[in-house]
Amino acid sequence: MKVTPWRSVQYLLLVVAGVAIAFPFAWMLMTSLKPESEIVRFPPTFFPSTWTFASYLDVWNRIPFLLFFKNSVLFSCGVTLISLFFDSMAAYAFARLQFRGRHSLFVLVLIALMIPIQVTMIPLFIMLNDWGWINTYAALIVPRATNAFGIFMLRQFFVGLPRELDEAARMDGCSEFRLYAQIILPLAKPALASLAVFHLMYNWNDLLWPFIITNSQGMRTLPAGLALFMGQHVVEYGILTAGAAIATAPLVIAFVFAQKYFVQGVAFTGLKE
Amino acid sequence: MNIVQGRFSPSRKQKRAAFFFLLPSMVILILFVFWPILNSLWLSFHHWSLLDATHPYVGLDNYRKLVHDGRFWNAADKTLYFTLGSVPLGIVLSLGLALLANEPLRGMGAFKAVYFLPVLTSFAIISIIWSFLLDPDIGLLSYWFKELGLPSNDWLRSTTWAMPAVIMVAIWKNVGFNMVILLAGLQSISPSLYEAARMDGAGPLQRFWRITLPSLRQTLLFVVIISVIGSFQVFDQVYVMTRGGPLNSTETIVYYIYHQGFELLDMGYASAIAWMLFVVVLLITLLQLKLFRFNDID
Repeated sequence: MKVTPWRSVQYLLLVVAGVAIAFPFAWMLMTSLKPESEIVRFPPTFFPSTWTFASYLDVWNRIPFLLFFKNSVLFSCGVTLISLFFDSMAAYAFARLQFRGRHSLFVLVLIALMIPIQVTMIPLFIMLNDWGWINTYAALIVPRATNAFGIFMLRQFFVGLPRELDEAARMDGCSEFRLYAQIILPLAKPALASLAVFHLMYNWNDLLWPFIITNSQGMRTLPAGLALFMGQHVVEYGILTAGAAIATAPLVIAFVFAQKYFVQGVAFTGLKE
Repeated sequence: MNIVQGRFSPSRKQKRAAFFFLLPSMVILILFVFWPILNSLWLSFHHWSLLDATHPYVGLDNYRKLVHDGRFWNAADKTLYFTLGSVPLGIVLSLGLALLANEPLRGMGAFKAVYFLPVLTSFAIISIIWSFLLDPDIGLLSYWFKELGLPSNDWLRSTTWAMPAVIMVAIWKNVGFNMVILLAGLQSISPSLYEAARMDGAGPLQRFWRITLPSLRQTLLFVVIISVIGSFQVFDQVYVMTRGGPLNSTETIVYYIYHQGFELLDMGYASAIAWMLFVVVLLITLLQLKLFRFNDID
């Protein structure tokens, strides 16, 4: 690759943006590795002068980490898998099938996208409480088993795939379900991987929903459990940052695995028009 | 006869297929989104407090109260401030990053992963990091500001600076998300378009205005709509960073809904505010769809 002035400027911009974005995380990590006495020292330094894992051990010893982790995995992976399936089915209908009311139904999905969850939270809680679903995985997962954002996103992607695919397959007598499962979905892998990360991330990080739907210690998710734990240790920055690092790590690992698909990504074909 | 069947039976088959494909999603949306939202409309016409045993019908009282509620208008004002402060700047920055990331540069994967890091992190955690960085006593950023002789203050406890700080953190968190979506849009633009433009002697700027932006329209529409809706509903970062303070200077609409509904337990009034917000967001989104001449599939 030629090193032109323009290339150098591009790299400079990338590095500046990268440092600005990553710096707070580096600071978090460094703080979590400092002894408590060093954290409150003034003036602050970036690197620890003594490295220690004491904060991590503290977190590990004081919360049922594996239990919270299991709950988080069941909740966020459950939602992600089911929602990917239902979202993509609905998106397929909106993008590839002709039927009456398609436009109005799609507008309905867009409307669902605009509803703030804080508005539905109260009636939803009352309803699930009446059903006796509070403190169950079902209550955490089922109301989120489809998602207007996911339908919208996948629909935008499916619309861009060549129409000849459907025509050829239908001509050969292929059923709609096979067309969806064996032709459209494999082509949509990048979009599905991106949406999977979005769903996983959104549910893994969510606090308000698990707080409202569960109240027993045994049903706590990891970020919710950590948030509660953090609430009791507001001034202990070492423990707070160690907890933060632990809660972030699983998503970072998941992202690294999905990244191959992820960045080629959500290819909405602008070619359509 | 075969021709007639050939023309009509697929569409009937498609209708039936559409029904089954849409069924699970629609049932879930109706049960867990539309039914609760109608319920909350019903709540908004009642005096419905968790503290009271009876919930009398009060007609439009909650909405009348809202018109004369200075704190509601303050929240509307702050929400608009947040949206105008974060959305345009955020999208310009994301587009800039996406254009850079679309260049064939070495090490791009690592850069993209770094840009996405804040997106992966929950606001509970982000607030811990930033409150610490901006801490006037032991925060590294405050310290550096002082060392550089820049005016430093207690950002999150200043009525002037709390909102800019919240906006900055919001942009910092979301820039990677919008970048990834815009990048995907950029990558789906056919290279032949650029080649043709180059043949016609179009410079980089012309190529950007004539090809990149028009081809990116659908993707930009998606990003703009998602960002505007998201910022009208901003709650998490306000909740964890400032709790709406100081002196309500960062209190947005959804935060005010939360305050009325979950802190004062006045579900009726909270629902009325929520419905106002919902209608405004709906109108703005429809307006945007019009502006972008969003068409259905064909």
